[in-house]
Amino acid sequence: MQTVVSQTPPPKKSFLYDPKVRGIFYQVLLIAVVGYLFYMAANNAIENLRRARIASGFGFLENTAGFDISQTLITFSAAGSTYGDAFIVGLLNTLIVSAIGIFFTTILGFIIGIARLSKNWMVAKVAMVYVETLRNIPLLVQLLFWYIAVLGTLPQPRNSLDMGAGFFLNSRGLFMARPIYAADAWAIPVVLLIGLVGAFVYRRWAKVRQERTGQQYPVGLVTLGLVLGLPILTWIVLAVIGANPISFEMPKKGTFNLTGGMQILPEFVALLLGLTTYTAAFIAEVVRAGILAVSKGQTEAAGSLGLKPGQILRLVVIPQAMRVIVPPLTSQYLNLTKNSSLAVAIGYPDLVQVFMGTVLNQTGQAIEVVVITMGVYLTISLLTSAVMNIYNRRVAIVER
Amino acid sequence: MSTAVDMPRFVRAKQVEALPPPNLARGPIAWVRENLFSGPFNTVLTLVVLYLLYITIPPLVRFLFIDAVWTGTDRAACRADMGGSEAGACWAFIREKLGYFTYGSYPVSEHWRVDVFFALLALGVGWLLWLKAPRRDLGAVYFFWLFPVLSYIILTGGNADFSGRFWLGFLIFGALLIALFAFVAAILKTSLRPALIVGGGIVAVIGITLALIDMDFDLQPVPTSLWGGILVTLLVATVGIVFSLPFGILLALGRRSKLPIVRMASVIFIEFVRGVPLITVLIMANTMLPLFLPGDLTVDRLLRPLVGTALFASAYMAEVVRGGLQAMPKGQYEGAMSLGLNYPQMMILIILPQALRIVIPGIVNTFIGLFKDTSLVSIVGIFDVVKTIEASRIDPNWAAPTISLTGYAFAALFYFIFCFGMSRYSLGVERRLAAGQKR
Repeated sequence: MQTVVSQTPPPKKSFLYDPKVRGIFYQVLLIAVVGYLFYMAANNAIENLRRARIASGFGFLENTAGFDISQTLITFSAAGSTYGDAFIVGLLNTLIVSAIGIFFTTILGFIIGIARLSKNWMVAKVAMVYVETLRNIPLLVQLLFWYIAVLGTLPQPRNSLDMGAGFFLNSRGLFMARPIYAADAWAIPVVLLIGLVGAFVYRRWAKVRQERTGQQYPVGLVTLGLVLGLPILTWIVLAVIGANPISFEMPKKGTFNLTGGMQILPEFVALLLGLTTYTAAFIAEVVRAGILAVSKGQTEAAGSLGLKPGQILRLVVIPQAMRVIVPPLTSQYLNLTKNSSLAVAIGYPDLVQVFMGTVLNQTGQAIEVVVITMGVYLTISLLTSAVMNIYNRRVAIVER
Repeated sequence: MSTAVDMPRFVRAKQVEALPPPNLARGPIAWVRENLFSGPFNTVLTLVVLYLLYITIPPLVRFLFIDAVWTGTDRAACRADMGGSEAGACWAFIREKLGYFTYGSYPVSEHWRVDVFFALLALGVGWLLWLKAPRRDLGAVYFFWLFPVLSYIILTGGNADFSGRFWLGFLIFGALLIALFAFVAAILKTSLRPALIVGGGIVAVIGITLALIDMDFDLQPVPTSLWGGILVTLLVATVGIVFSLPFGILLALGRRSKLPIVRMASVIFIEFVRGVPLITVLIMANTMLPLFLPGDLTVDRLLRPLVGTALFASAYMAEVVRGGLQAMPKGQYEGAMSLGLNYPQMMILIILPQALRIVIPGIVNTFIGLFKDTSLVSIVGIFDVVKTIEASRIDPNWAAPTISLTGYAFAALFYFIFCFGMSRYSLGVERRLAAGQKR
C-alpha cells in the first residue's frame, strides 16, 4: 500500500471566486438596497405627514373617541371613552367571534369530515357536495349572503318573534335574558374549579389503579358529575336557602322595541354562520386526510388484540390521526381568526372595522393604526405557531 | 384399547336441500340496502339526510329555476305588487346588468378591447396549463412578459408618450448596464461574450417593453377608475399570479439560502405576510403606500390593491415552493454540483424544474385562494365583481326583494366555476404525476 500525497498546491484563484466573499458581497448588497428603500420610505412619510399636518406617535390612544360601537363587551360610551378603549372593544369582539366560531366549526368540521368517509353512500356524497361548494366560493360572498339571508327573514322589532324562555328575535338581533350576578355568585366558579381538580385527581387515580389491577372505574360518569353536577347542586342549594346567586333580567316587549336583556347582533350571527360553515369545509378535509393517514394494519392489529370497535377508534385510530390532524387544524383556526376581519364588509365591529376603519378615518394616523392592528394579528399567529411547535415536538414519532 | 369404535355416530345419508340464493346480491335494490340501509344506525342517518335534502333542495330549485323571472326590463317583472312574481330569482336583472358585471364602466365602444384581453388571457392560460402544448417555454415567455405588456397597452390605451430626454436617459442607462456586465466579466477573468449577451438581453427586453408602451396605437385612453367587474377580478388575479410565482420562487430560494441575512429577510417577510389578514394588507397598501412615496407621485387607485394582493400571494407561494425544494433528494443538489454547475445553473437547470413539477397542485391551490381573495379588493373600493353587484343591487330601477340574493347567487356561480375548474385541473395533474411515480 502506498499513500499518494498530492504535491501540487491548489491553483491560485481570484478572491472574487471565494464563495465566502461572494456571500458577504450579496448580503451587503441586500442590506444596502433594503436599507435605502426603508430610508426613502421613512423620509417621504415624515415629509408627507408634515405637509398633511397629521400628528404622529401613539398619543391619540388617549383622545376621546366620540363614536359609538354597536357591540361592546366592556363599558364604552362615545363621550367618555378613548381610542384606546375602542381598540380593546374591537379586539375583544374579534376574539369572541373567533372563539365561538372555532368551537362550532370544530364540531361541524369533524362531523362532515367523518361523514365523507361514511359507508353510507348518501351521507358521503352530501358531505362531498358541501365541501366542494363552500370551499370554492369566496368567504366574502358567503358572508354577504348570510347577512342578507339572516336579516331579510327577520321581522321588524315591533313584531318580534317570541320564542319563549325570554328569547325574542327581530331584525335588530336575538334578545335573551341577561344574567345578573348576586354578591355570593363567586361560590359557583369556585365549586366548578374544585370539581375540575377533583375530576383530574380521580382520573389519575383510576388510571394508575387500572394499570396495576386491571379494574376499571366509571371515569366518564364521575367526571361529568364533578364538573357539571357539583356546580348545579350548589346553585340549587343556594337558591333553596334563599341566596339565589344568579338571576335573569328578561327582555321586555314595548310598543316599538325591546328593552333590557342581552342582545346578539344580526351581524354577529351572520359572521359566525359564515365563518363556521366556511372553515368547517376545510377542517372536514383535514380530518378526512388525518383518518386516512392511519394505516389499515393498525385497525386490524387492534382488532386482533380483542379491542371493541369503539375502543379501536378511541385508543388506536384517533390518537394517531390527531398527530396528522392537529397542525393543519391549528392553521385553520388561525385562518378563521384572520378571516373574521371580513366583518368589516357587513359592519360587525371587530378590530379591523373599529380600529382600521373608524379610528383610522378619524385620526388619519395610518402608520400607527396599521402597525398596531397588524401587530395584534401577528402576535396571535406567532404565539399559536410557537405552541404548535412545542406540541409537534411532543407528539412526533420517536424514531429508532 | 379401541373403545370408541362402536359408539353411535351421526353420518349424513341424504343430501341436504340447497339454500336459496341470497336474494338480490346485486342490482339497484341490493345496492340501496347495502349502502343506505345496512343497519338501524345507517337507516336513521339516511332518513335524516333525506329529510335535510327535502327541506333544502326543493326550495332552492324553486327559487333558482321554477319561480325565477327570466325576462324583463325593470323591477316590475320581479315584484309581486307590480304584476310580476316575487318568489323566485330575478335573472332578468342579471341579464340586464351583465355588461356592467363584465366590463364595469368601461366605455361601450371600447368593449372589444376588454374582449381581446380576455382572449389573450385565455391563450396564455391554455398554453401553460395544457401539459402537452407545443413550446411551453415560449408560452411562459408569452405569459410572463408579452401578455402583461400587451394587456397594459390594450386596456389603458398605451401611448405613454415618453419624451426624448427619457429615451436618452434610457440609452445611457443601457450602455452603463452593459459596461457594468463587461467590467464584472473582465475582473472575474471570464469570457466577455456571455456577459454582453446577458446585459444586452436585459436592455433589449426593457427597451422593447418601453417602446411598445410608448407607441401610439391610436387607442382611446381609458382611466382605471372606469374598469370594473369580471375584467378587474381577472386582472387582479392575473397580476397576482404573474407576479407571485417568480417572486415566491425567489423568496423560497432565499429562505433555503445558506447566507444568514438573506435567509432572515425572507423568513421575516414570509412570516409577517402570512401572519396578518389580507384585508389589513389591502388597507395598508391603500393608506400607507401614498405616504411612503414622494409627495408629487400619486399611485393609481387600482395599482395599490394590486401590489397588496401580489405581495400577499407571493408569501404563500414561497411556502409552497419551499415544500418542493425540501422534497428534492440531496443527491440532486450534489449531482448538480459535481457536474460543476454554479448556483443559478443548478437551480434553473436541475432543481427548480423538478421541484416546481411536484408542487403544481399546491401552486394551483394557492391560485384558487388568490382568486377567491380578489373579492376582498371590493372592501377598499375597487369595482370588482362583488362590488359591481353591490352597486347594482341598490339600483332603484331594480328595487325588488329578491335582487340581492340573485346577485349573490350570480357571484357564487362565477367564482365557483373558476375555482372548481382549477381544483379539478390540479387533481388531474396530481393523478398524472402520481402515475409517473408508480413503478
